[in-house]
Amino acid sequence: MAGKIEDESNDRVPLRLRPEWSDVTPIPQNNGPNPVVPINYSEEFSEVMDYFRAVYFANELSSRALSLTAEAISLNAGNYTVWHFRRSLLESLKVDLHVEREFVERVASGNSKNYQIWHHRRWVAEKLGLEARNSELEFTKKILSIDAKHYHAWSHRQWVLQTLGGWEDELNYCSELLAEDIFNNSAWNQRYFVITRSPFLGGIKAMRESEVLYTIEAIISYPENESSWRYLRGLYKDEATLYVNDTQVSSVCLKILRTKSNYLFVLSTLLDLICLGYQPNEDFRDAIEALRTSDNEEQDSDIARTICSILEQVDPIRVNYWVWRKSRLPQAA
Amino acid sequence: MEPSSVVETPSPTVSQRDQWIVESQVFQIYQLFSTIPPNAQSLMLELQRDKHIEYLSKGLRHLGSAFSVLDANRPWLCYWIIHAIALLGETIDDDLEDNTVDFLNRCQDPNGGFAGGPGQMPHLATTYASVNTLITLGGDKALASINRDKLYGFMRRMKQPNGGFRMHDEGEIDVRACYTAISVASVLNILDDELIKNVGDFILSCQTYEGGIAGEPGSEAHGGYTFCGLAAMILIGEANRLDLPRLLDWVVFRQGKECGFQGRTNKLVDGCYSFWQGGAVALLQRLQSVIEEQMVEASQSFTKSDAPDEKESSAGTSSHATSRIRREGISESCSSDVKNIGLNFINEWRESEPLFHSIALQQYILLCAQEQEGGLRDKPGKRRDHYHSCYCLSGLSLCQYSWSKRPDSPPLPKVVMGPYSNLLEPIHPLFNVVLERYREAHEFFSGL
Repeated sequence: MAGKIEDESNDRVPLRLRPEWSDVTPIPQNNGPNPVVPINYSEEFSEVMDYFRAVYFANELSSRALSLTAEAISLNAGNYTVWHFRRSLLESLKVDLHVEREFVERVASGNSKNYQIWHHRRWVAEKLGLEARNSELEFTKKILSIDAKHYHAWSHRQWVLQTLGGWEDELNYCSELLAEDIFNNSAWNQRYFVITRSPFLGGIKAMRESEVLYTIEAIISYPENESSWRYLRGLYKDEATLYVNDTQVSSVCLKILRTKSNYLFVLSTLLDLICLGYQPNEDFRDAIEALRTSDNEEQDSDIARTICSILEQVDPIRVNYWVWRKSRLPQAA
Repeated sequence: MEPSSVVETPSPTVSQRDQWIVESQVFQIYQLFSTIPPNAQSLMLELQRDKHIEYLSKGLRHLGSAFSVLDANRPWLCYWIIHAIALLGETIDDDLEDNTVDFLNRCQDPNGGFAGGPGQMPHLATTYASVNTLITLGGDKALASINRDKLYGFMRRMKQPNGGFRMHDEGEIDVRACYTAISVASVLNILDDELIKNVGDFILSCQTYEGGIAGEPGSEAHGGYTFCGLAAMILIGEANRLDLPRLLDWVVFRQGKECGFQGRTNKLVDGCYSFWQGGAVALLQRLQSVIEEQMVEASQSFTKSDAPDEKESSAGTSSHATSRIRREGISESCSSDVKNIGLNFINEWRESEPLFHSIALQQYILLCAQEQEGGLRDKPGKRRDHYHSCYCLSGLSLCQYSWSKRPDSPPLPKVVMGPYSNLLEPIHPLFNVVLERYREAHEFFSGL
């Protein structure tokens, strides 16, 4: 057979030779005589799936079928039909789900970017209920310590918090992750999740003040970090007036403008603020004037137009966007 | 990059380090490109058509045992390969075509929907891939092979009260499921109020504070889900309920100095986002009037006054009023309206400047995503695969037609990077099938 020889296949007894399977007729895949995208399965793979089809179509809810699903999953953890059947088996055989959880963890160690594993994990945790909470939080933390932006792990963690709780340390956890990597947008997203939904924190209105302070500090350390700017804007979602009137926002903008470096997000933020009604004072006009590079650029009394012009120069990948923004500016008063 | 000063600079974070590694690889390529003579540049920019077709066709006929991990995704392999070949303006052999229709029919469940392989459970994603493949093949045999009535039943069973859909029986619920279901229902003309019900609410709840759309409420804004969410909202006539200016702002900022798109803020460039993110911008461009309305609305919600409290409440009222309209949708979507959204979307085309940098994106795809032996990839250093071949080419097509007066008008040579022979077939940006194929399918199914 073409394909590499696995170590296990030397020890592995084919199903057709196992006495406990002797009564089962394996069912080959209905690939047809001329299949497209045909996969050159190993002998082991074909055999396992042929026997799987036999028990699946017969709806045989037995422990040998359960073991078989484990074999099938180890060969292809993406087969959602096998996972689905496994869940039926677990339920009907009343299997201890703590043991199942360990099984999932073993499978996940090779395969963590796989929808089926995470969906199955969620199903198991839901069945186990509250007692699963800490182990689920630990598990996701472990995955995130290897890949701090793992999408499935974060979704699962959010599901655990919402369904089983455990919010108490979550804001701290976000702060830890951000201390390690302030550019970790997943951690910022989680922070937003916590401040808006944690039953212990009183919601965004209550948290806004302290979060603005936290975010501004992050902005000052790394003004080139898009995550913190978007988070700041997010703190004022649906509160345009508060956003425009917050002097901390305008003053951090001015501060960074004056350094004349890493000011891309400052300008973008200012533009948004002006479109929402903010009126920059003389200090801003002077600071922006100081950024204009060429004398050929038209002097524009409209500061928003000036900002767009500067952005067209310093952020060339988005030149079309800035040109369009400029064309959409409210008419100068 | 500022040189390190006397004060010790902190060591780079993981994000910074990963980003700089990719930047240096990509810039090395661009640097090389900029130093070679124009003839050599032209060669470098050439789309390796023959090589790509060879790689793709081969996969249709034979896949090695390593592909066992995609044994529950075979319709996807069909779609990635056949759609990519169609983009390159080629057709596949008649025998392969028949075999594909036959194979997908074996993946079709008697109770509706298409599975990842013969004998497996039907799944919304593989249903989307199967239907799009059959549409790309075209012709009565392929199109008639879809059991629309049963498929509708399958979708109704997957439909959830919260508006979302499960991907399969007892499967996960997310924005992908919404898009795959709505997209298929729309193109097959089986989209109705029951399927549409509350979808808008669910997708809206997935728009994050960043502006992009996540897979589930609370998760991080992500390019794949953003395309899915936006396309689905357009197809049900509720795109105006999203915060579109914020969405647009988030998406355009996903294109970085590497010239390609990243999937999430502060993550790495990847060729496949050429379609997911580039496609989202292309869709948003068709919604410009709505975006502008929302921008005007936002600028009016703030009022300056001497008595901020008083004015705030009246401003609050007006913004509440407008956001209520936005929440409920400007018009009630009903079946007869949604029936023609897909077709109207391309028929009511206006010329516009692309809002992303089309030439830069083409540069990334042609110089960084192509493998010289055929196939396209995520980024330099990663191996080619059929998924990336499909989505890099889909993104390239979007770029080439991004200025067009009509969705299929041949572009001017200056907007096509590299030789004009690089030109691909135009796509329908809501469904990602070749436009001509979509039109045929629409006609076929609209009478049914």
